Amino acid sequence: MAAKVITVTSGKGGVGKTTTTANIAVALSMDGAKVVCLDGDIGLRNLDVVMGLENRIVYDLVDVVEGRCRLRQAMIRDKQNSELYLIPAAQTRDKNAISPSDMVRLCDELRPDFDWILIDSPAGIERGFRNVIAPADIVLVVTNPEVSAVRDADRIIGLVESEEKGPARLVINRLNSSMVKRGDMLSVDDVTELLAISLIGIVPEDESVISSANRGQPVVNDTKSRAGMAFRDIARRLRGEDVPFPPMEVKDDFFKKLFRVN
Amino acid sequence: MPGWMDRIAGTHTSSANLAKERLKLVLIHDRTDLTSEDVDHLKDELMQVIRKYIDIDPGEVSILVNHDGREQRLVADVPLRAGQRRRVG
Ligand SMILES: Nc1ncnc2c1ncn2[C@@H]1O[C@H](COP(=O)(O)OP(=O)(O)OP(=O)(O)O)[C@@H](O)[C@H]1O
Ligand SMILES: [Mg+2]
Repeated sequence: MAAKVITVTSGKGGVGKTTTTANIAVALSMDGAKVVCLDGDIGLRNLDVVMGLENRIVYDLVDVVEGRCRLRQAMIRDKQNSELYLIPAAQTRDKNAISPSDMVRLCDELRPDFDWILIDSPAGIERGFRNVIAPADIVLVVTNPEVSAVRDADRIIGLVESEEKGPARLVINRLNSSMVKRGDMLSVDDVTELLAISLIGIVPEDESVISSANRGQPVVNDTKSRAGMAFRDIARRLRGEDVPFPPMEVKDDFFKKLFRVN
Repeated sequence: MPGWMDRIAGTHTSSANLAKERLKLVLIHDRTDLTSEDVDHLKDELMQVIRKYIDIDPGEVSILVNHDGREQRLVADVPLRAGQRRRVG
């Protein structure tokens, strides 16, 4: 085994990086892959609560880097998926506690034992960004269909290119198809045309994302959730399957109106 | 909030279209880090250099930032006046 490292990042904060990381990780492991998630958001850890593993933390990523524990000791096994692990971020330190080469070394140590290594990123373009981008084989940029998020995504996509980690692939999160139909939200086509990179996922705005996070159960576990389905599709595309995008924003058509669930 | 009347009458530009047009301009600026003033200065200086060697018509010169996907390029189109070829070589 030689894991691929996927870094999930964004320009603007709060667009759904942690949600995306947790859900793709669970989706990949549900299909039998061995997956480890690294929370790269040092000082603002969140991946643990979204995955429902916050009570099991003993050691964290900075403990590993500073030699207070072995890598295995910092790995928390998921409750449902026996082949899914989390290495949490330190909560009381800042991003200067680790360096890009620490992250590369850590991932190289994990690679032989896993199929996928997923890294959640802090918002922004400073040191934290360089840490999480250094080991990446694949970079996913998450954005929302809003002006500020798209603008900041463009900035990050440029930085990923200049670090020679491109081309990044785009996840459009929190798409509200009824707003798109009304002409009050940028469409998927608008966003991909502006950013000019290839799309890997379209995740609808979906209340079940929040209720699942409340329970510490990523939404992919919910087979009825549309967001969950979108994350499962991203996982399949990462594995190289050709999964068509569901038509989401056909302008007001009669049947869609009749059968619309939301 | 525009009502359904506006929409049917087509008098209202959707906020999504507005967002897209605004973003197009913002992104060109963000990506190149060049203001249109910078481009004008660049054009003037470039023209001075070219004119040291060949005779050109400044009105015919176009210098633009083009983009193809995420790639930006500075494209200069400088038509040469007839009879210039001898001096260029
Ligand atoms: N598709 C969605 N539908 C509804 N809510 C969502 C969706 N995606 C994310 N959210 C909610 O948006 C909030 C921010 O998401 P998340 O924490 O994943 O963003 P982030 O990019 O990791 O933020 P930060 O930059 O602070 O790390 C959360 O409350 C999450 O539940
Ligand atoms: Mg986060």
